[in-house]
Amino acid sequence: MTESAAYGLVAGIFVGFAAGYVGSLMVLKRMALVGDALSHVALPGLALGILFNFNPFLGAFAFLFAAAILTWYIERTTRLFPESIIGVLFVTALAVGILITPEVDLLEALFGDITTVTLVDALLAVGISVLIVFVSRLVYRRVVLSILSEELARSTGVNVALVNFVYLLLVTVVVAVGIKIVGTVLVGALVIVPAAAMKNVSRSLSSYALLSGLTGIASAGSGILLADYLRLPAGPLVVTVGTVIFAGALVAGWIASRSSSTASRS
Amino acid sequence: MVVATPPSPSPTRETGAAEDLLRVANLGVRLDRVPILEDVNFHVRRGTTLAIVGPNGAGKTTLFRVLLGLVPHTGTVEWSGPVRIGYVPQSFVVTDVPITVRDFLGFKSGANVEESLAAVGLGGAALPKRLDVLSGGEMQRVLIAWAVLDRPNVLLFDEPTAMVDIGSQDMLYETLNRLEKNSNITVFLITHDIHVVSQYSDAVLALNRTVRFFGASSRLSEPDLLMEIFGSGSGLAEHKHDFGARGFR
Repeated sequence: MTESAAYGLVAGIFVGFAAGYVGSLMVLKRMALVGDALSHVALPGLALGILFNFNPFLGAFAFLFAAAILTWYIERTTRLFPESIIGVLFVTALAVGILITPEVDLLEALFGDITTVTLVDALLAVGISVLIVFVSRLVYRRVVLSILSEELARSTGVNVALVNFVYLLLVTVVVAVGIKIVGTVLVGALVIVPAAAMKNVSRSLSSYALLSGLTGIASAGSGILLADYLRLPAGPLVVTVGTVIFAGALVAGWIASRSSSTASRS
Repeated sequence: MVVATPPSPSPTRETGAAEDLLRVANLGVRLDRVPILEDVNFHVRRGTTLAIVGPNGAGKTTLFRVLLGLVPHTGTVEWSGPVRIGYVPQSFVVTDVPITVRDFLGFKSGANVEESLAAVGLGGAALPKRLDVLSGGEMQRVLIAWAVLDRPNVLLFDEPTAMVDIGSQDMLYETLNRLEKNSNITVFLITHDIHVVSQYSDAVLALNRTVRFFGASSRLSEPDLLMEIFGSGSGLAEHKHDFGARGFR
């Protein structure tokens, strides 16, 4: 394994956990495709970084952050759901991004390139991932309560607008750091697949969040190792491993429900 | 509007009930410029139960939102002393969220979860159950346990038995009865059940955007008053309970 791939593996493991953890909230909020759409908003930012020779991921983060603020604001001031707002932003950003991204760099922007991860990239990814999980834990219960009943949440003093804003911010940050691992096209899967896999097999909220994070680690770690071994791009393999785990969890959930219904009949 | 003599406290309660816990004067709420509540006036004595009745769209739930401080309003809502409000919403359906009773009640940090569950007749065995497998009656009990977790002195119940079968309704009102007696809690209860009003409340507030009646719930036995408040359709459901002597009073 090259030095760069080792950095990529470390970054992937931390980002995988953070993505799975935040993704568990996105699946509960039924915003699975929103994460996918939001990731594409990063493309014009990446393109600007490439064109003007600054770190493309700073550009991606700036665009994602602006999209999050815009989504939050429009959601508060109109009757549009976030998925509609992000849907509009997504197609616009994708169109602009493809128009301005130099053709030679388009593939890396779309699918990531783990082989170019530097030590600084890896340290940044680790630091940001730890911060994401820390903040997610702080707001997790409040987000879930507002999903269950916004009225109940507000009646217990939860500032639902602020919690939603922090949550959107977490999504944008995790998407921004995930882009380096799997690219803009596949980062939505990095966020969603682990949580979707674990939802049916989790018996409690805390186990669901933790298992989603651990599945994120398993997907990212195995995918990157496989990519290094098979000399294939990491992004698609990370997503493929996640999908295999998802299929396994579906079968496990189905077997568990069959066993419990058989036990209750006997 | 019909305003009757304010209800007398129950002689069986040691509540110091002469004191008003809440005074509402000239309350008005508009949502999107549409008047939802207009010129609402009433007061509630500490340790009593106020039933709030009225047809759909009468502003009952909006009144609760005002009491919770969730919607802007005109007029005054004046609580006497500090209040801690426990709230059970009208609609709480959990599907597709892997959350247990323990997770849910644990959202209120530092609270005594097992004690609250015991207060609503549910044991610790309920803790590992997922919310989406609970029956309607069990869910309502969990919601009541949630509402009383941080030892409130005011409870707001928005149609607590709307999604519960009649047998479970009986148990729920017994639970409310016990909580109120043991904890000297002031209860606000939105209901469509005329028997619940007469058996379990001290006072009744009939709303239809504005106050149609406010007074002792015992007066609802007067057919003329019922007709005046609710019209020929009554607007209240009459459930055939046999509450007997199990009422709040």
